[in-house]
Amino acid sequence: MSLYQDLILDHYRNPRNQGTLKNATHSADAANLSCGDKLHIDIIVKNDIIEEVKFSGSGCAISQSSASLLTEHIRKHTVKQALSLEPKDILDLILVTLSPARLKCGLLSLETVKKALNQEK
Amino acid sequence: MLNTSQIKKDFPLFTHHPDLVYLDSAATALKTQGVIDAERAYLEEYSTNVMRGLYPLAETATEKFEMTREKMATFIGAKSSSEIIFTSGTTDALNLVSKLLASQIEKGDTLVTTAMEHHSNFLPWKELAKTKSADLHIVSLTKEGMIDRESLKKSIDEHTKIASFSAVSNVLGTINPVKEIIALIRSINPKTLIVIDAAQAVCHMPMSVSDWDADFVAFSGHKMFGPTGTGILYGKYSLLETLPPVNFGGGMVLDSCAEDTLYKESPYCFEAGTPNIGGMIALGSAIDYIENIGLQNIHLHETTLASYAIEKLKETFGEDISIIGPSKKEKRSGIIAFTLANVHPHDIAGILGEQNICVRAGEHCTTPLHHSLRLSATTRLSLSIYNNENDIDKFISVLKEIQAMFLNK
Repeated sequence: MSLYQDLILDHYRNPRNQGTLKNATHSADAANLSCGDKLHIDIIVKNDIIEEVKFSGSGCAISQSSASLLTEHIRKHTVKQALSLEPKDILDLILVTLSPARLKCGLLSLETVKKALNQEK
Repeated sequence: MLNTSQIKKDFPLFTHHPDLVYLDSAATALKTQGVIDAERAYLEEYSTNVMRGLYPLAETATEKFEMTREKMATFIGAKSSSEIIFTSGTTDALNLVSKLLASQIEKGDTLVTTAMEHHSNFLPWKELAKTKSADLHIVSLTKEGMIDRESLKKSIDEHTKIASFSAVSNVLGTINPVKEIIALIRSINPKTLIVIDAAQAVCHMPMSVSDWDADFVAFSGHKMFGPTGTGILYGKYSLLETLPPVNFGGGMVLDSCAEDTLYKESPYCFEAGTPNIGGMIALGSAIDYIENIGLQNIHLHETTLASYAIEKLKETFGEDISIIGPSKKEKRSGIIAFTLANVHPHDIAGILGEQNICVRAGEHCTTPLHHSLRLSATTRLSLSIYNNENDIDKFISVLKEIQAMFLNK
């Protein structure tokens, strides 16, 4: 099965939650240095609930579409729920299996979200 | 052009993967039947150690192992086989020469390299400069990806101890005029030791280390159809005989009990421990294979095909395609790196890979070069003797699908 399914291409071409949040309570940057994927995540947390989340960045379709899908997924979830997400949850969201070489592309968004939630502005 | 359908028969990988389009020979070249047979014969028939056995099998192994050294010396235009040091690859060879020369570097000296180097010809010098508090000068490139002569002239002065650059860039495809550049460096400082990274040149064009007048030349066996774990450091004998060894152990010593340990002569004093015997014997078979086809023929085949690929890419993708490196075809090897609009190279290589087309994507171990080009990554195809126009056409056709998929064209 091709990695480049409609879901991934749709989220790559029409990313959801792209942008930045001026009033973010939590933010983080992360990058895959060797391949040039870059992500910035802004999150607004109120009463332990993720009220708003936006991402910006550049990189391959896998890294960017997984950020789009993940930000959709965690909105209105609790911080604890987001922090408890595991790599396999990302694969369930993007609906493809990633080879070891592409796994870091798919997991960059999760790494950035967790980094943001673990540090306050 | 070479008869590629005949040549493909010499590479058993195509028997296992008949439809494979392999455009990644700059990463590693495929292996010939002769290379595979030679390594297998060593492992099955006489897998004994070299240099020390007194029984016939060990003598056979030693003889065949040393035969590769002789062949290699002739192949690259060295004056004698004692100038050929066996290593595990280009990286090992460049690290070795940086260690061999370390004792000559002092605070205030300069080391010179260029912005087009592979990490293996950059990091050893960066580390050496740091350890010795020496300066590292990086020669800049012209817009077309050639070594900038003015920048080179400014970088070389009486403090320059070592200058190292590649014969062919692994990304830009630039063929550097090695002989001219060496002459230019020597005209400014005749004492500068000159190291050439020939990894992407060695089986792609005629070359002679003596004609270049290089002091050291490093390259890998696996990029010339030989096994991985094989490489060469060539050094001028007049230099090698003055350099103390840096790796110690078995096989490189004559008298280990003397107060001043007595070491063997070059190249053996630089080859401590049991080498990659089968690999080196098989590398000898690769040399025979290359010589049989002829380096001039290989060069013509690869560069003609590269020109075909570049023309097709420009014709098919117009403004969406950006090919980096020299525009003049006579300055280019069979390496072509490009970007396709804003499509990420990992997506391009991923989709090509799903269609059985092997290319490389990323920074190709040249982060400084990509920074200077302001590119985060490129996609690279690299050609060899088994590639033909059909391979290029298949590649272009999938690239068109990618363009449609990502750019809605």
